[in-house]
Amino acid sequence: MISIDNVNKWYADFQVLTNCSTEVKKGEVVVVCGPSGSGKSTLIKCVNALEPFQQGDIVVDGTSVADSKTNLPKLRSRVGMVFQHFELFPHLSITENLTIAQIKVLGRSKAEATEKGLKLLERVGLQDHAHKHPGQLSGGQQQRVAIARALAMDPVVMLFDEPTSALDPEMVNEVLDVMVQLANEGMTMMCVTHEMGFARKVADRVIFMDAGQIVEDCPKEEFFGDVSARSERAQQFLAKILQH
Amino acid sequence: MDFSAILPALPGLWDGMLLTLQLMVMGVLGGVILGTALAMLRLSHNKWLANAAATYVNYFRSIPLLLVITWFYFAVPFILRWITGEDTPIGAFSSCLVAFIMFEAAYFCEIVRAGIQAIAKGQMGAAQALGMNYPQSMRLIILPQAFRKMTPLLLQQSIILFQDTSLVYTVGLMDFLNASRSRGDIIGQSHEFLIFAGLVYFTVSFAASLLVKHLQRRLAV
Repeated sequence: MISIDNVNKWYADFQVLTNCSTEVKKGEVVVVCGPSGSGKSTLIKCVNALEPFQQGDIVVDGTSVADSKTNLPKLRSRVGMVFQHFELFPHLSITENLTIAQIKVLGRSKAEATEKGLKLLERVGLQDHAHKHPGQLSGGQQQRVAIARALAMDPVVMLFDEPTSALDPEMVNEVLDVMVQLANEGMTMMCVTHEMGFARKVADRVIFMDAGQIVEDCPKEEFFGDVSARSERAQQFLAKILQH
Repeated sequence: MDFSAILPALPGLWDGMLLTLQLMVMGVLGGVILGTALAMLRLSHNKWLANAAATYVNYFRSIPLLLVITWFYFAVPFILRWITGEDTPIGAFSSCLVAFIMFEAAYFCEIVRAGIQAIAKGQMGAAQALGMNYPQSMRLIILPQAFRKMTPLLLQQSIILFQDTSLVYTVGLMDFLNASRSRGDIIGQSHEFLIFAGLVYFTVSFAASLLVKHLQRRLAV
């Protein structure tokens, strides 16, 4: 579904991604972790071309991201993305947040888009908030709306960029629950997250990044099973985040 | 001081005020539209377009409004004659309006540009991630938020324009100030009429800026 092939990216002279290659198969859930500044958010943003890269290619469901002939908006409309800071549109109601791209990008009728949006809102347990504005919801609620907004486009794959990092601890689980449910339904997912509990529960593979490179890329059982077999850098990272 | 002559002159002064308001409202509308277009160009990735817009803005912010008004009054008919080959009188009002729009656009451009830049970059990312192209993201997501944020500044600039419209007296337009002055001159009471005009300008501008402050507080929430 996603194949990342030798991607290199520079900010001026500074290389942020070095020879990154990996693959996410249909129905697979891949968790990307690593210390901050390791390039994991940058990598996931390269998948839907929110971040450009200079070398290599990424192919999403048969479409090349690097190909200059690719219609990027069209590609992005099939790739759902959830951001660290939710990025709901504050000037629009929850319903409008859920329907605007369906109407303007996919050309669905307002009635059809609203029906779809409300159904997804119910699925994330927020049907009573349809008429509100994002500012009136808690962080966890906003992030659930953001997930519903992405799902409303019927994406072939979902990208999550640290979806719980900006949340109060007590709100993390309500968002993770939605993500677990999604994973169990067979959605193809690539998640940048530090939630190792989530990774243990639903991930098929775990990717560990450091300094712009993919250091580990292995099945979950392997990644968590035998920590001593991991690279030194990954061991340090795991020691820091798993002791809690 | 004898203010009794003002009352019978009010209908004439009101005509002047209408012209002032007309110039201001049309100048602001045109200025905001042209200014937004300029802001788009300034933010564009195309260096040539961005530089051209920046030059325009810097030029008009570096010359006096009075010069622009006079210049357009004399230049626009000349240019039109050059293009069409015949005399096309466009009148002082139109030439002043064009001057105001061109001049104010430079200021509105900077307000709009700042407004757009104040919207978090993530909003553009979210819009694009949903498949919106750049124009859609701007029109549906960024600009509505930016305009909401900059409404107080736009209104503040409009109040300044309200006062600056008085410069049209140089090309003989009967705006509120010119109407007051000429009426006072005719009956030898220019002091009274000018004091009255000053009061009116003060009252309107001050009330409007109070309103803007109130709006600012409400929009800040």
